[in-house]
Amino acid sequence: MNMFLATLLSPLIGGILLGLIDHPRLAARINVATGVSTFVFSLLLAVQVLDVKSVDAMGGWFHLDAYNVFLVALTTFVGMTTTIFSGPYMRHELEGGRVDRLRLRLYHSMFQLFQFGMLLGFTSNNIGVLWVSLELATLATVLLVSLYRTPASIAAAWKYFILCGMGIALALFGTVLVYFTSSTVLGHGNEALTWTLLYAHAAELDPAVMSIAFCFLMVGYGTKVGLAPMHAWLPDAHGEGPTPVSAVLSGLLLNLALYALVRCKMLVDGATGTDMAGHIMMGFGLLSLAVAALSLHKQRDIKRMFSFSSIEHMGLMTFAFGIGTTLSSFAALLHMTVHSLVKSGIFFTVGHAAQAMGTQKMSEIRGLIRHHPGIGWGLLIGTAAIAGFPPFGVFTSEFLLFTAALESYPWTTLPLLLGLLVAMAGLFRFVQPMVYGEPAEHAVPVHVNMLPVYVHFALALALGLAIPDFLADWYEQAAALIVSVTPAGGGA
Amino acid sequence: MSAALIQQLVDGLAALMLLTSFALLAQHRMLSVLNWFAAQGVLLAVTAAVVAYGTDNNELYISAVMTFLLKGLLLPWLLWRVIRELHVHREVEPLMNTTLTMLVALGVTLFAFHIIQPIEKISQLMTRDSMAIATACVLLGMLMMITRRKAITQVVGFLAVENSLFFAAIGSTNGMPLVVEIGIAFDVLIAALIFGLFFFQIRDTFDSLEVDAMNAHLIHGDDEE
Amino acid sequence: MSSAFVQMLQAVLLLLLAPLATGFVATCKARLQNRRGADVMQPWRNLRKLFGKEVVMAAHASWIFRTAPYVVFTATVMAASVVPALLVDTPLSLTADVIALVALLALARFFLALAGMDIGTAFGGMGASREMTFAALAEPAMLMSIFVLSLGAHSTNLTTMINHTLNSPFALHPSLAFAMVAMLMIAVAENGRIPIDNPGTHLELTMIHEAMILEYSGRHLALMEWAAMVKLMLFATLIADLFMPWGMTTDASLVGVAVAFALWIAKLAGLLLALAVIETSLAKLRLFEVPEYLSGAFVIAFLGLLSYYMLEVGA
Repeated sequence: MNMFLATLLSPLIGGILLGLIDHPRLAARINVATGVSTFVFSLLLAVQVLDVKSVDAMGGWFHLDAYNVFLVALTTFVGMTTTIFSGPYMRHELEGGRVDRLRLRLYHSMFQLFQFGMLLGFTSNNIGVLWVSLELATLATVLLVSLYRTPASIAAAWKYFILCGMGIALALFGTVLVYFTSSTVLGHGNEALTWTLLYAHAAELDPAVMSIAFCFLMVGYGTKVGLAPMHAWLPDAHGEGPTPVSAVLSGLLLNLALYALVRCKMLVDGATGTDMAGHIMMGFGLLSLAVAALSLHKQRDIKRMFSFSSIEHMGLMTFAFGIGTTLSSFAALLHMTVHSLVKSGIFFTVGHAAQAMGTQKMSEIRGLIRHHPGIGWGLLIGTAAIAGFPPFGVFTSEFLLFTAALESYPWTTLPLLLGLLVAMAGLFRFVQPMVYGEPAEHAVPVHVNMLPVYVHFALALALGLAIPDFLADWYEQAAALIVSVTPAGGGA
Repeated sequence: MSAALIQQLVDGLAALMLLTSFALLAQHRMLSVLNWFAAQGVLLAVTAAVVAYGTDNNELYISAVMTFLLKGLLLPWLLWRVIRELHVHREVEPLMNTTLTMLVALGVTLFAFHIIQPIEKISQLMTRDSMAIATACVLLGMLMMITRRKAITQVVGFLAVENSLFFAAIGSTNGMPLVVEIGIAFDVLIAALIFGLFFFQIRDTFDSLEVDAMNAHLIHGDDEE
Repeated sequence: MSSAFVQMLQAVLLLLLAPLATGFVATCKARLQNRRGADVMQPWRNLRKLFGKEVVMAAHASWIFRTAPYVVFTATVMAASVVPALLVDTPLSLTADVIALVALLALARFFLALAGMDIGTAFGGMGASREMTFAALAEPAMLMSIFVLSLGAHSTNLTTMINHTLNSPFALHPSLAFAMVAMLMIAVAENGRIPIDNPGTHLELTMIHEAMILEYSGRHLALMEWAAMVKLMLFATLIADLFMPWGMTTDASLVGVAVAFALWIAKLAGLLLALAVIETSLAKLRLFEVPEYLSGAFVIAFLGLLSYYMLEVGA
C-alpha cells in the first residue's frame, strides 16, 4: 500500500517542511505542491481500492473501503483547490497587515497538519485513533481560526475550542463505553477498538451499552458536525477565521465528524437491530435544518450566513444517513460531495468579496457584479447551486433525498421542504443586493483567483447533469456498505 | 493482595474521585482549585497502578506513570504558572452560588447513576462499579465548565472531564489500548499548551480572563438587536 | 451485672463525665496554645458555683423562660441515656432509634430558641434566629449521614446498627468514610464549636449559642451549660458507636463492661483531642459562610449515600 502511505505522509511532511520555511511565496508554492501531490496519490489509491473493494493496510491499523476512500479523494481534492486559492488570498492578507510572516508560517503548517489529521481519521481502522485524529484536526483548526489575533477571532477560537472540547470528550466517553462492551467479546487490546472486527461482531455487543454509547457519540460527534443545538461554535469559527479555513471547516472537517458518526451508527445498528440510532440522527438532522433555516435570516455577516447554510446541509445529510436506506445513503454521499465542492467554492468567493469590499458585513457589500464581475457571478452561481437549483448536483441529491424520505417516512418531506424553502429565501434575500445593488464606493481591486471556484462549480454542475458510471458505482458500493445491517457483509 | 481487596480499593478510589469532582466545584479560590485538580491527577495515577497490579497489565503501569507526570505534576504546574504570570484574580467567581451548584451537582450524579445502572448489571469486570462514578464525574466536569466565568476555570473543567474519561477507561474497562491512551495523552498535552497560549492572547487582547468580556466581541451574534 | 444496671451506669457516666469532657477539650486547647489553662475539673467547679447562686430573671420573663432549662436538660439527658456507650443490647435499646434521638435534640433546640426570644432582647432573638437557620441545614445533613449507615443495617435503631457493624467482616466502605466526615462536621456545628461558633466568646457579632442563654443565671444557667456539655459527650459517643463500635460488649459481664469502658474512654479522648486540634488550627468562619459549610456536610453525606448505591450494593 505505497500509495496509501504516500497519501498519508505527504501532508505530514509538507506540514513539517512548511513550518520551517519563512519565505511567503515559496511556502505558498510548496503548499500547493503538497496539496496536488496528496490529491494525485489519493486518486491513485482510490483506483486501487475500488478494484479490490476493501483492504487493510499496515497490519490492520488502517482500513480502506469504498466509503472512506471516496471521502479521502474528496478531502484531498478540496484541500488541493484550497491551497491554490489560499496563495493569492493569504498574500493579500499579508500585504494588508492582517497576518505577519510568522503567522503565515503557522497557517501553512497547520493547514497541512489539519489535512494529515483528516486523512488519518478517515483511514484509521481503530475508533480510538479516529477520535485522536479528529481531535488533532480540531486542535490544528483552533490555531487557524485565531490566526488574525483580533478580539473576535480569539473569542471565536476559544468558543470553538471549549465547545468542541466538551463535545469531543463526550464522544471519547462513548468510545470508552463501546470498548467496555467490546472488550468482553474481543478481549482487551486493540482488537476491541478495531472497526472491522467490531463490525463483524456487532451482533454480539451488548445492545443496552451500545445504545447509551451512541447517545454520547451522537452528542459528541454531533457537536463537531455542527448539529443544532450544539452548533453555537460553528458560525463564530467560520466567521472569524481566515476564509480558506472556513472553506475547509465547512467542506471537510464537518464531513469527518459525520463520517465518524455514521461508522458508529453502523456498529450500533448491528448491536441493537433497531432503528433507534437512525431515528435519533433524523431528529437532530431535522432540528438542525429548522434552526439553521431560521437563523439564516438574522445574519449580518456574510461568512456567518453561509456557515448557517452549512449547518442546514449537515442536518440534511445527517437526516439522510439516519433514514438508512440504500437510496438515502446514496443521496447523503452525493450531497456530501456536492456540498463540499459548492460550499468551499462559495467561501472562496466570499473571501474575495470581503477582501474587495474590506468588510464582511453584508449591508456594506453591494453591486459586486459591476466592479468585480468574476466575484459577483461566482457568488450568484454558488448561491443558486447551494440553494438546490437544478441543474446543480445539490438539486439531484436533494431530490434523491426527498424520494428516499417519501419512501420511508413520508411525513418528514413537509418539514424538509419547508426548511429548504425558508433557507433558500434567506440566502437570496441577502445575496441579491450584494450582487446587483448599487456599487459601493469603497471597493478596492484585488488579485482574484477564481479558477478553483469555477472548477468546483463545474464539478457540481457535472454531477447534477450526469453522474459518471464509476462514481455511481462508487456511491452504490459505499451506500450498500453503510446500509448492510447484517454484519456478515462487513469489510473484514 | 486479594481480588476482593483490590476491588474495594478501586471502589474507594472511585469514591475519592467523586469527592474531588465535587470539591473542584465547591472551591472559591483558584489555588485550591489547582490543588484539588492535582490531587485528582495523582488519584488517577494511583488508580491506574492499582488496576495494573490487580490485572497484571503492564501497559497500565506506563499509563500510571504517564498520568502522574502529566496530570499530577505538569498540568497543575503549568496552570499555576499561568495564574502567577497573569496575576489572575484569586477568587473563582462562579455564575451560580455554591449551594445551588452543589444541589445541581447532586442531581447530575443521580442522573448519571440512573443511566448507567443497566450497564453495570452486565459487566463481569472487577471494576465495573466505578462506571457510574466516572459518568458522574464527566458530567460534573461539564457542569464546572458551564458555571464558571473565567477562561482558566473552564480549562480546569475541561481537564477534569478528561480525567474522568481516563478514569472511566481504567476503572471500568481496565484501560484502553496503549496506542489510544498515548494518543489521548498527546492530544491533552497539545490542548493544554494551546490553552496556555490562549490565556496570554486573551489577556493581551481583553485585559481579563472573563469569558463574558470575550463574548461581547462576537458582535455578530444571532440575537443582536 | 444485669443489663439494666449497665444501662443506668452508662447514663450516669455520660452525665457525670460530660463536664470532664468539656474540661478535657479546654485543657488540650490550652496546652496546644502553650498556655497552662485550667485543669479538667474546672467545668465541674463552674457548675457547682452556678448552682449555688441565686436566679436573677428579667421582669417580663414568662413561664417558657423558666421551664426551658429543665426541658432542655431533660431532653438532652434522655437522648444521652438511650445511646449505648458500653453495652450494645440494653433494655432501652428499642427506643434507641437515631431518628428519635435527632427529634429529642430538636426538642431541646426548640426550647432553647424559644427561651432566647422570650425575654425580648436583641441578642436572644438574634441567637435564636441563627440557631434555627443553621439547624435547618444541619439536621438534614445529620439524618442523611445516618441513613447512609442505616442502609447497610436496614434499620435506624442504634443497637441494630452497632450489631451489624460488629458482625460484618472488615471491608473498605467509601460510603462510611463519607458519612463519618459529614457526621464529624455536623457534630462540630451542633455543639457550637469553632469554626462555627466560639463557646468561649461573648462577642456580639458572632455569638450563636451564647446569645440565647445570655439572660440566664444561677441554676438555670448551670442546667443549660450542663446540657450543652452532655450534648458534646452524646455526639462523641454516637460517632464512636456508629463508626468504631469495636470493643463494645454484647453481654453485661464485669470484664466485658470494664474493657468496653476503657475503650470508650480511649475513643472519647481521641475524638475530643481531635476536636481540640481542629479548634486550635482553624479560624472561625464568617457567619454567612456557615450555610456553605453545612451544605458541604450535606453534600458529603449525600455522596456517601450515592457511593453506597453505586459501589456497594451487590458488590
